[in-house]
Amino acid sequence: MFNYIIRRLLYSIPILLGVILITFTLDSVMMTPNEKASRVLGPKAVGKTRTEWIHNRGLDRPMPVQFVNYVKNLVTFNFGTTWVTGRDLSETFLQGVGPSLCITLPGFFAALLGSLGLALFQVFVRNSPVDRVLTLFSVALMSVPTMVYVIFAQAFLALNLRYFPAYGFAYEPGMLRFLLLPIVIFMLINIGYDARLYRAIFLEEIGQDYVRTAHAKGVSTARVLAVHVFKNGLIALITLVVAQLPKLILGSLLIESLFGIPGIGSMLVQAIQTGDQPVVMVSVFLGSALYLLSLIVTDILYAWADPRIRLS
Amino acid sequence: MSTPLLEIRNLSIAFHTETGVVEAVRGIDFTLAKGETLAIVGESGSGKSVTGLALTRLLPEPPARYVSGEILLEGRDVLKMKPDELRRIRGNRIAYVFQEPSTSLNPVFTIRWQIAEAIELHRPEVCDVDAEIVKYLELVGIVNPRQRMNDYPHQLSGGMQQRAMIAMALVCHPDLLVADEPTTALDVTIQAQIIDQLKVLKSQIDMAIILITHNFGIISGIADRVAVMFRGKIVEQGPTAEVLRNPQHPYTRALIDCIPKLGQRRKRLTTIDHAALEAL
Amino acid sequence: MKETLERLWEHWITQDLLVIAGFALVFWLLRRGARNERWQRAFQRMKRDRSGLISLAVVLLYLGIGGLEMLRIPGGPYGTRSILDVFTAGVAQEKTYSAPLADELLNSPRHEKLNGRHLLGTDVLGKDVLVQTLKACRTALIIGALTSAIYVPLGALLGILAGYFRRRVDDVVQYLYSTLASIPEVLLLVAILMVLGKGLGTMALALGVTGWVTLCRLVRGETMRQSERPYVAAARALGQSHRNIVLRHLLPNVMHLVLISFVLGFSGIVLAEAVLSYLGVGAPVGTSSWGAMIDSGRSELARDPAVWWNISAAATALFILVLSLNILGDSLRRAFDPKRT
Repeated sequence: MFNYIIRRLLYSIPILLGVILITFTLDSVMMTPNEKASRVLGPKAVGKTRTEWIHNRGLDRPMPVQFVNYVKNLVTFNFGTTWVTGRDLSETFLQGVGPSLCITLPGFFAALLGSLGLALFQVFVRNSPVDRVLTLFSVALMSVPTMVYVIFAQAFLALNLRYFPAYGFAYEPGMLRFLLLPIVIFMLINIGYDARLYRAIFLEEIGQDYVRTAHAKGVSTARVLAVHVFKNGLIALITLVVAQLPKLILGSLLIESLFGIPGIGSMLVQAIQTGDQPVVMVSVFLGSALYLLSLIVTDILYAWADPRIRLS
Repeated sequence: MSTPLLEIRNLSIAFHTETGVVEAVRGIDFTLAKGETLAIVGESGSGKSVTGLALTRLLPEPPARYVSGEILLEGRDVLKMKPDELRRIRGNRIAYVFQEPSTSLNPVFTIRWQIAEAIELHRPEVCDVDAEIVKYLELVGIVNPRQRMNDYPHQLSGGMQQRAMIAMALVCHPDLLVADEPTTALDVTIQAQIIDQLKVLKSQIDMAIILITHNFGIISGIADRVAVMFRGKIVEQGPTAEVLRNPQHPYTRALIDCIPKLGQRRKRLTTIDHAALEAL
Repeated sequence: MKETLERLWEHWITQDLLVIAGFALVFWLLRRGARNERWQRAFQRMKRDRSGLISLAVVLLYLGIGGLEMLRIPGGPYGTRSILDVFTAGVAQEKTYSAPLADELLNSPRHEKLNGRHLLGTDVLGKDVLVQTLKACRTALIIGALTSAIYVPLGALLGILAGYFRRRVDDVVQYLYSTLASIPEVLLLVAILMVLGKGLGTMALALGVTGWVTLCRLVRGETMRQSERPYVAAARALGQSHRNIVLRHLLPNVMHLVLISFVLGFSGIVLAEAVLSYLGVGAPVGTSSWGAMIDSGRSELARDPAVWWNISAAATALFILVLSLNILGDSLRRAFDPKRT
């Protein structure tokens, strides 16, 4: 088990290096040091200030040296500072994780339970008109752009009817007021897509021989679905569910920024709008690292859910 | 005469597919007495497996549809039963052993869990479930049952898996065991072992068996009677020895000719001319 | 020289020819595919799938409208105008906002009368919202077509090569897509667009570079399955070249995956365009796009009285197109499903 995890971590290294190469290319090859300097210092700063700025950051060194430094900084989590606010990047990210998780975690679990229930129910009534309507409903939910959900929810539920505050965030006992609407929207965005996938997985399982055996034993349809089919489907489900891990930690760009939740998503949107490149590049690296981590978690969960798999 | 255990009257089953309606079973009749063993023999697609599954309405509906007929289990029509009545019959009165043990057992639960589920469903009065499981695993010839029952299906060989399936079917003392091609997916030597096991069980337990197979060769020592199915119809039925000795229908003759016999030299196995048979 | 080329590129005839060539290419590919027996069976099934046919009709309607807006002819105040402009030339121009079917300007103290009726009202510049919404089809279609033109050949080719040659080729392709797949898609898109700058072309490039992964995986898997079939071994035994086997035998048998991914991918691209334009890294300012209309709609909803028609029209148009593409993709997938025979 331990050996396995070590080996998987080693496998992730080339991929992570590939990702770093992509961001490095975007960051340093596609953009000259001068362009960078004028973005950060403004177009007026020329001459000594500019050359000094470039030299201090090692941007005048040969590309390979720059790349090695770049990798070294990223893997030691020494992300440097943002261009616009000049704040420390790792600190900024750490601050953003809490508010992001406040939205994404409850939203994720609500969507998971909702879509699992919906999928199992649809498999129960498969090929009936109810199933078709629910499938159409799922497709409709995933065909609405995120910002449309947010904008209309804010306009009608928050501003006109004043059920919820439209905007804001606070760590306080009453924070649920702020969170409820974003959480529900996060759930709505995911539930349609997930339910469709899960339904397909369960439908695949329902055709298996062991399902017939369970029915032949006299097991009720509900139990066949909830126990026999569910545990088999779980194996396929794990990949889909765990792969969402990076998305949860990095937050939702649109929901957070539109609701004023000071999470990583808001920070990214701000960075996008102000052209703060390092923030985006570091988030690409972090997203990829988290994804690779989630792959390892997936494998461990596989071994737990499927007796046929042994990690070695 | 008392009511037979099972009586099938004029049963017809159709499948609704995209290309049209396929009649898989076309008006068959047969009866089965308590403790009797009936072999249903026919080639693939002849409707024999469909008949077996229909006995407890295990066919998925749709596409399957019961067009006409009755399936009387001690005089009560299975086709008219409510879902929970059906569930009380499945596994309890009529139990199944299927063709492919490796996929018919649930891969993610232990043998113990799967047998225990059957016991808990139909025999809630059993206190020591583990002891009961061990008893039946022993009965079907599994060595070292106490360890084996904690195995997952993939840890057992094909023959052992099928024995576990049989144990799971027997554990609720069914009146009827439907064995649907129980040996087809197994090696030849294992096939013989499983059939011998069924013979032994038959002598030990008072239980009727419907043995569904395409192989006339395996039925002689075990089946009291045989019904031959062809294209959804029973073309011939009677005591096994008699049918084997003196088959009436040309299809039966053709099937019997397909059994390779020891000491006989032949250039090739008989092929079956469907068009000619259909014309009959 | 360069200037002449640029002028030639921007000439309306060139643009029209490109549009026609694009439509012709898709049509030709479908016709070629339809020779395949599997496709014919799928088309037969599609004919009985009512929701699939309805969604197909809707998608074709959008294609038609977008096509009319893309085809330009000389005339109008800017030298050229689109055929859609010609059709909508009779729609009156107002001064600013007016509600749907209203007869006077919104909030006008002097109750200023409108020049005409507008089914979906007018926007801040007094343009008819319905016409604007229809015109925005063009942006969605251009992004969708350009992106598909990049990612479909890339994904299909790499997938087939990886699935057929395996070993080294497969290792390289797998490494490429594992690397790309490990990055959250929005972030990669934003990172690329930040460096390359705004514009329809760069947006299509970014979406294309990130979008081939799913298709490649699908095609690779199916190619591997097909390669194990006897017909491929037979073709090889007959001494056919790799090129022939890939083009004549494997490609036709994975093309249905390409079609399904193309349709479903299109819906993803249209949604992504809206989101990216909203984030400010998508369509350049001034392009009429649903994303931009939704963006401006946010502040319009906060006005008193709320201007809801602009954003609603854009959101609905976007929603119906994406929904139809999703349903069409699903029913294509069902029609091609090998398990249903």
